[in-house]
Amino acid sequence: MASTEIMTLNMGPQHPSTHGVLRLIVELDGEVIQKITPHIGYLHRGVEKLSEHRTYHQTIPLTDRLDYLAPMSNNLGYILAVEKLLEIEVPERAQVARVIMNEMTRLKSHLVWIACHALDIGAMTVFIYAFREREKVMELYENVSGARMTSNFFRVGGLSRELPEDFEAKCQEIVDTFPGHFDTYEGLLTKNTIWVQRTVGNGVISAEDAIDYGITGPALRGSGVDIDLRRDQPYCGYENYDFKVPVGENCDTFDRYQVRLIEMRESVKIITQALKKLKPGPILADAPQVCYPPKESVYNSIEGLIHHFKIASEGFPVPEGEVYQGVEAPKGELGFYIVSDGGTKPRRMRIRPPSFVNLSAIEKMAKGSMLPDLVAIIGTLDIVLGEIDR
Amino acid sequence: MAENNRAVVKLQERFADSVLESKEFRGETTVVVKKEKILEVLKCLKQDLGYNFLTDVTAVDYLGQEPRFMVVYHLYSIPNKERIRIKAPVTESDCTIDSACALWKTADWLEREVYDLMGIRFNNHPNMVRILMTDDWVGHPLRKDYPLQGPDREPYKGRLS
Repeated sequence: MASTEIMTLNMGPQHPSTHGVLRLIVELDGEVIQKITPHIGYLHRGVEKLSEHRTYHQTIPLTDRLDYLAPMSNNLGYILAVEKLLEIEVPERAQVARVIMNEMTRLKSHLVWIACHALDIGAMTVFIYAFREREKVMELYENVSGARMTSNFFRVGGLSRELPEDFEAKCQEIVDTFPGHFDTYEGLLTKNTIWVQRTVGNGVISAEDAIDYGITGPALRGSGVDIDLRRDQPYCGYENYDFKVPVGENCDTFDRYQVRLIEMRESVKIITQALKKLKPGPILADAPQVCYPPKESVYNSIEGLIHHFKIASEGFPVPEGEVYQGVEAPKGELGFYIVSDGGTKPRRMRIRPPSFVNLSAIEKMAKGSMLPDLVAIIGTLDIVLGEIDR
Repeated sequence: MAENNRAVVKLQERFADSVLESKEFRGETTVVVKKEKILEVLKCLKQDLGYNFLTDVTAVDYLGQEPRFMVVYHLYSIPNKERIRIKAPVTESDCTIDSACALWKTADWLEREVYDLMGIRFNNHPNMVRILMTDDWVGHPLRKDYPLQGPDREPYKGRLS
């Protein structure tokens, strides 16, 4: 009589479908997954510890390197938390620019998601197409901030510099062309038999379980929970924009795919509305104790130079207290919890990473399915290890 | 004010001798409770007051103060779209608190991270092992007395001094 035994398989940390340095110990009965033990921490850089030794402005570049596919969302969450502590009013133009760049970031992140997710399941064309479109957003990033990935663009109180002259034209080009590209992806995938067979009924997690595991973002909406922090706890003036929050029904990979695709279309809609709101005006709050002075003043007057030097070297004191600010990042709820004891450096900065919490549900989602389906589940969770390990 | 918050009123009623402090700052409500009652408080918030989503579990090190640690829970109510922060003080000599894993599975990894980086043990946790650092790591890096550049190096003195 044939006897069976459980086979243990090591997947990662160097494995193309784990999207970074994720290591999974998978226990298999034949090809059916019995147990998954994720091992993380290969990319741990101690961002939370480092930020306790840096001034508030010096931490912004560290946040770029969390979810490196969506740097501006991370910048935004962090500076909003600091601004909440300082009670700073940000001017309208900076708010609108933040919304535009934040939605561009969502597009950028979701384009990488659809590219890699499709490639993992075997659809290579989508990968090439999506990276072509992502390049457009990267160019905009470079134009605006000077860097393609580590943008470091937002500042406490506003933006680091004025938007480039052709900013609106570049955004308009993206807004005009992207919906057509989304149609192409849908044409390639939505009714594709292989895609449907690989995604429908894969990685099912019910709404109750998703809440129990703390899943956020498109993965939670795919399970039918109507939640979006941009609408429910608005920041940056999101309450003034008209957009839909897509919600799935069947809690599977296919629904999460559709939720993200609709989200990309909604992002384009938000950018269109924001471009109309973008009016000339100041880009920094009127808070000289916190904001850097304009460059002309630094180069041409001794007062400006001293002002710049003081903020760059000592930073600025932040009132004693604690705040939590959650933003709807492309991957889910990204939260920053800052405890200040009144000094120029935080006592504690805690990052609530969406990918970390979402990943903890992987065993629940994959148990009982086949090993190749695990690859689809990692793709649909849309994790970034820079954020998980921090 | 925090006194007008329905959840705060209810908690003060039900756990009169366990609620140490409640305050509102920048529109956020914080309630500090005794750590012995933390599980009951969280259970009450989850089942009776609609705070059904555990967003985050973390800890803060107030080195030099007594009690030294503060375990911080961020809860979110999906139906009411409200947040509340629950804190529980933990002393250095008895560095333990009850695990919330029985209420939310989210707590599993988040509490492991607190244990790993801050060194607070969670009672009745199903798998209380390190998560980000390696299994054989000595010390808890996020504690204030853990040197920034690691245990065997000169202490970091800042970039300008």
